[in-house]
Amino acid sequence: MALRALKVSRASGISAAVLVVALILAALIAVVSRAEFGSGLGPADWSAIRFTVWQSVLSAVISTLLAIPIARALARRRFFGRALLVTLLGAPFILPVIVAVLGLLAVFGRAGWLNAGLGMVGLAPLSIYGLQGVVLAHVFFNMPLATRLLLQAWQTIPAERFRLAAQLGLTPRAVFRGVEWPMLRQIVPGTAALIFVICLTSFAVALTLGGGPRATTIELAIYQAFRFDFDLNRAALLSLVQLGLAGGAALLALWIIPGVRLGGGQDRPLQRWDAQHGVQRILDGAVIVAGAAFLLLPLGAVVISGLGGLLQTPESVWQAAATSIGVALSSVAVLLTLALPLAGWIASAKRGGVEAVGLLGLSASPLMIGTGWFILINPVADPFAVALPVTALVNALMALPFALRILVPPLRDALGTYGRLAQTLGMQGWPLWRWLILPRLRAQIGFAAGLTGALSMGDLGIIALFADADRATLPLQMYRLMGSYQMEAAAGAALILLALSLGIFWMFDKAGRWHAEA
Amino acid sequence: MLRLENGLIIQGSFRLHADLTIEPHLNYAVIGPSGAGKSTLLSALGGFVALEQGRLSWQGRDITDAAPGARPVTMLFQDNNLFPHLSVLQNVGLGVRPDLRLSAEEKAKVEHALIRVGLGDMASRRPGSLSGGQQSRAALARVLVQARPLVLLDEPFAALGPALRNEMLDLVQALVSETEATLIMVTHAPEDIRRIADEVIFVEGGKAHPPAPAATLMENPPPELRAYLG
Repeated sequence: MALRALKVSRASGISAAVLVVALILAALIAVVSRAEFGSGLGPADWSAIRFTVWQSVLSAVISTLLAIPIARALARRRFFGRALLVTLLGAPFILPVIVAVLGLLAVFGRAGWLNAGLGMVGLAPLSIYGLQGVVLAHVFFNMPLATRLLLQAWQTIPAERFRLAAQLGLTPRAVFRGVEWPMLRQIVPGTAALIFVICLTSFAVALTLGGGPRATTIELAIYQAFRFDFDLNRAALLSLVQLGLAGGAALLALWIIPGVRLGGGQDRPLQRWDAQHGVQRILDGAVIVAGAAFLLLPLGAVVISGLGGLLQTPESVWQAAATSIGVALSSVAVLLTLALPLAGWIASAKRGGVEAVGLLGLSASPLMIGTGWFILINPVADPFAVALPVTALVNALMALPFALRILVPPLRDALGTYGRLAQTLGMQGWPLWRWLILPRLRAQIGFAAGLTGALSMGDLGIIALFADADRATLPLQMYRLMGSYQMEAAAGAALILLALSLGIFWMFDKAGRWHAEA
Repeated sequence: MLRLENGLIIQGSFRLHADLTIEPHLNYAVIGPSGAGKSTLLSALGGFVALEQGRLSWQGRDITDAAPGARPVTMLFQDNNLFPHLSVLQNVGLGVRPDLRLSAEEKAKVEHALIRVGLGDMASRRPGSLSGGQQSRAALARVLVQARPLVLLDEPFAALGPALRNEMLDLVQALVSETEATLIMVTHAPEDIRRIADEVIFVEGGKAHPPAPAATLMENPPPELRAYLG
């Protein structure tokens, strides 16, 4: 007979899991009930499917390929600001998509810095709209993620290997083939697969930079079928396609996706003896500068144009900002209510597939869930009236897989180390949470809450589906301003949104670490 | 009196038989080679490992399936006997009430226990700022306030130096006699047995032998025990 393990929040954890599954399943059933399978998919739908897959492939491949030299350079150089740069690589994760898009427009857009430069030397301007724009934005978001994953893998190479390589006087090329390539071969496919899955459900990027028959993702097609044609049948059919595609890809990718460590702790450079001089050194420097510029220039543009636009922001922006804060805080509350009991249950359960519950939120697209719940709510109430609560709830569901990945391992550690002591003292239920789990997991809970708050604050997805003229979150309001070409007001809104997203993350993360001991 | 009748513990390919009676107010030492199952035996008594078969009873009451906290037992492990994020006072207080809602009276009891083990002025400190010996004292203060009839020690002082260890054993002996408890401790050291034990449980070859008086056993050990003691 095995060890008698401590059971933590079994009942509430199972209830939370059932609730999550029910919320998603209900949406799915509603969608299926409205889909007329006989009608089939039109040519526009097939083109959306093709585009979705193709842009995901391109985004994944380009992000990963670009990340390799940057990660390599970061792995073997030490310089002032390196730790800050590595931390900044995590920033796109909590950056509102629409803010990044505005920054990319300032740099790569029609009247952007790049085209101004091209114009000066007499070259034709490049367009940021369409496939190239969608991929550019996806690379902006995912190249840093890929860099972090690869850097993490680089740092798992034992220092002894590099010492041996230095001892043997291997050339950089030989070091790459003998030491680094075997590691890359293991980590690169999983990294690319993760980015591929993330880009499959891309909505806000396609909404702002894509569109039209040649650059519409499935997610965007659902939105258009819903919003413009109110064709629930087509929205439902596309939702099913999206679920099959993204869910299937997520399940397949699960086998090769590397563990995502979202936290810090990657600023410890290994002692390296190779490639300290000459061409390698100059190349690394150039790569790091280029990578940092690609990341920082759009952000800089947001700040600069935002400062100018702040004075021009209409009253509606401030109202939307207040709404967004409310939605984000509710989302955090919902997330913690679901994630904490779930994490307790998963961590104390005997292994098994219970972790898959959290992944359900990842494979089901927000717009699919939104469409389903619209269909369910519509007969009994005004769906637009519940736009904000639904947004907060769906945002929490989207953040759940990340939150579980953050919370479960340390919870398992805490129970492994102190579980027996808690048992001898008869600690269970609330006292167990109050005196053992919450204090031990403060930092991770703060981090997960901050992440959820930032994701929810910047989310432009389900709210676009549900909102009417009276209700808007800040990202939606900003999108509306961009749509009506009030670019200065939009820039001001972008700066406010950026500050709110980073602010809510910083606040929760800091609260988790504040006075943290042992 | 604690009775373990026909107990069988299975962990993977490891099996341990035990049939023992533990009399009140005596000090028992559990000895035997590494991996023989000394800790496993204590874990079974403490309720962390379930019995595959057999019955465990306390004063005639069946406690075979009782949760660890519901047994008449307090246990100190090799490590992690204190929560590092709580103060010494809170750590000891958990022995009085697991929800730490201490009345003034209960708080006084905890403070009294801290004074008794020599940590009167350390109440607000965290375990991380204490020395190894002071940490052991804090854990023993909790044993004192718990005042359970059985105290199980799974080598909690293994990391301490010899002098400090003897000091702790003396303190343990004093505390169990104050609370009129029964002590069951795992040890590797024959001198511990001479110092503290009345009875010895020898664990070897998949079997926990019934307790035998320490003095006679150490003077005239059976062949397996002689082989172990060297």
